[in-house]
Amino acid sequence: MNRLREHLTDGLLILAIVVSFTWLLLLLVGAVPQHAFGHLLAGSFGSWSKFARVLNVWIPLTLCSLGLLYAFRAGLWNIGVEGQMVLGAIAATGVLRLGTESLYPQGYLVLAVVAGMGCGGLWALLSGWLKTRGGVHEIFAGLGLNFVALGLVLWLIFGPWKRAGIASMSGTQPFPADLWFPGLEGWRVSPFALALVICTILATVWMLNHSRFGLRLKAVGHNPKAVQLYGVAPNRYLLYAILISGALAGLAGSLQVSDIYHRLIPSISSGYGYLGLLVVMLANFRLLPIPFIALFFSALNVGSIQLPMMMQLDSSLSGVIQGACVMSALLVFGLRRRKQSSQR
Amino acid sequence: MRVELQRIHKRFGPHHVLKGIDLTVDTGTIHGLVGENGAGKSTLMKILTGYLSRSGGRILLDGVETEFANPAVAARAGIGMLYQEPQDFPPLTVLDNFIVGRESQPGTGWKDPRRRLAQLADEVHFRLDPEAVLNKLTVGERQQLEFLRLLGREARLLILDEPTTGISETQKARLFQALRHIRDQGRTILLVSHKLEEVSALCDRVSILRHGQVMGEEDAPFHIPRLLELMFDAVPSTTPAYTPHTPGAELLCFRNVSSPGERTGLWDCDLSIACGEVIGLAGLAGSGQGLFLKLAAGLSHPSQGQIWFNGQQLQGMGYPQFKHLGGCYLPANRLEEGLISGFTVLDHFALATNSSRSRARQLAMDAIRQFNIRGQPESPVESLSGGNQQRLLLSLIPTDARMVLLENPTRGLDVGSARWVWDYLRHQYAAGGVVVFSSAELDEILSVADRILVFFNGHVVRNLPVNQADYHDVAAAMTGS
Repeated sequence: MNRLREHLTDGLLILAIVVSFTWLLLLLVGAVPQHAFGHLLAGSFGSWSKFARVLNVWIPLTLCSLGLLYAFRAGLWNIGVEGQMVLGAIAATGVLRLGTESLYPQGYLVLAVVAGMGCGGLWALLSGWLKTRGGVHEIFAGLGLNFVALGLVLWLIFGPWKRAGIASMSGTQPFPADLWFPGLEGWRVSPFALALVICTILATVWMLNHSRFGLRLKAVGHNPKAVQLYGVAPNRYLLYAILISGALAGLAGSLQVSDIYHRLIPSISSGYGYLGLLVVMLANFRLLPIPFIALFFSALNVGSIQLPMMMQLDSSLSGVIQGACVMSALLVFGLRRRKQSSQR
Repeated sequence: MRVELQRIHKRFGPHHVLKGIDLTVDTGTIHGLVGENGAGKSTLMKILTGYLSRSGGRILLDGVETEFANPAVAARAGIGMLYQEPQDFPPLTVLDNFIVGRESQPGTGWKDPRRRLAQLADEVHFRLDPEAVLNKLTVGERQQLEFLRLLGREARLLILDEPTTGISETQKARLFQALRHIRDQGRTILLVSHKLEEVSALCDRVSILRHGQVMGEEDAPFHIPRLLELMFDAVPSTTPAYTPHTPGAELLCFRNVSSPGERTGLWDCDLSIACGEVIGLAGLAGSGQGLFLKLAAGLSHPSQGQIWFNGQQLQGMGYPQFKHLGGCYLPANRLEEGLISGFTVLDHFALATNSSRSRARQLAMDAIRQFNIRGQPESPVESLSGGNQQRLLLSLIPTDARMVLLENPTRGLDVGSARWVWDYLRHQYAAGGVVVFSSAELDEILSVADRILVFFNGHVVRNLPVNQADYHDVAAAMTGS
């Protein structure tokens, strides 16, 4: 009961800081804050089609955030989610290109998703190996591999996979409709993709909070030196964690290709890898808030698209709000910790 | 400095840890503070040094009531504490460490701190090379440096927490000499210790704490049985007489093992340990005993030679396989290397036995009862006292382990708890297996081990049955003479 009240106070405090900060900022640039917030709300929850767009952002963002949580549990900062998503997208594109005019498009779709997860996982495993074998900190490894992945996707789009006749930033030749991730007539968001995310959430709840694997992962994150004495090889669990993290990012990447864009584009990761880091931090590295925070962030992203048209405000306002959320959350959590340790 | 603590209370939530402590330490005396684990000594010292706030009572320094908002205020008031673990900066030199934390005084050149250090060292007959890097020094030497830092800061009350842990006999003698010297200069010293012999050799007056209350005060010369009586509800026997088991088949074997690491490394180690033996590793801290235990546990691998355990060579084997073969290793730093802070007692059982939560809860409850751990299955391990953490670690050793390796297993435990630990270990593991332990206390090794290995500078210099070992000979071997 006490814990619940603490969480509630923390949440309200964070919200109050963010709203007053943004309010002040909007006043400074001469905009009417109520209108800006109104447009954000209308632009994201105003209609079914807008909400469907929010969900289409929510799907990859949640997957990336869940993946990150595995890494965080083992004490790893997987900054390479962006690159892992890109690799997942590349693998999915590669498979779907092979599947053009095939008799079994569904088979190729399944294969694309699996390949996306595999490639994302392997790309992540690379930074895991660099850490466990080479002593390279995973932040540097992940960051470096992000740039490599970006180079790779640009090379593919402008090189081997360029559209017939022209090479353009708009990406590769779109896939035929039978290679699109399945949806339902009249649904602007694929219920199958939604179901996939919900299953991933449930599986993660079980894996991290109830399974022995989750306990070991957490132990490695808390004290990698001591876990050896419990018969747990810490490096192996670091690799498991980053592998799962990368596989979920790769899954997000393959959905971006097969479900959203139906082709490979240079900015296929849409920055969700970095945004996912903010989601997890705002959730204070806990699982249950993640889907809700991801939804909130998705709504901000989609809602802010309207701002330039309606108010001549840049859509980066959503980023400002997201950043302010995380900073104030870190502040509030930090104060809470300090208060608790002084009571002890 | 005359220190008066009046009716000091401390509550942690529902726990009443200090129940009205009255303690007066006179100027120019060495005052001992003894008591078993959990008696409240550390809490009291933390209050006196400004790390903890008190729930009630007054602190008077030279008759003036004083408030310590934080450790810096206490330090400025002239209170200095020498911790069990040196609080210094190992990558820096002796001189740099001496300067760090000193408030800069305008007009003092670089030469000044160097001379000041030399002056202070001369005064108490310490020999420290100002350019030596701390990594290369022994714990004893680092402690000497800390001591000089406190003197340099004009600390008028010096609090020492178990100052003789891990230092050599010569260093101890020199420290005691220095303590007497600065006492005669009029400084006040408060000595917190478990070692009654040392307390009685050094102190002018002793206060005995039990369950957060002062049980009594005694003046020198002390009668040790009387002190024990005040510390404990019943006087524990300090020398348990265990009958050795008859050694059986060979279980652990070192063949010409050499390995660098841990200050001195371990060189040309060639020995064999048989079932039924309890082996005590003696030596000054960092003479190779720690490395010996890590090598035997497969946590570190030798650069030369072979180690065999239970008929298998350990080379290339990790700790999980070692554990599978029936081995177990408990490190000295419980919270850093042995337990996982943030995890509960229950979590530790789930992790150690790889079992479900309901099964782990049952195991945790059984262990709490059997090992008399003061805590609940849901207690986070960092909330347990040192003694209870050690009991938890012991309860996590599989009951069918064939070899138990322990680093300083009774470190920080009071006499009663230590006795309990040894009764348990000998009864549970020594009959059908091997117990190998290191200890900083020679007395302990001579009273509980069957065989003693003496380490000096990375070599095993004595290997004899305890009943043939002579205290003075072993002590001399430890210091290389």
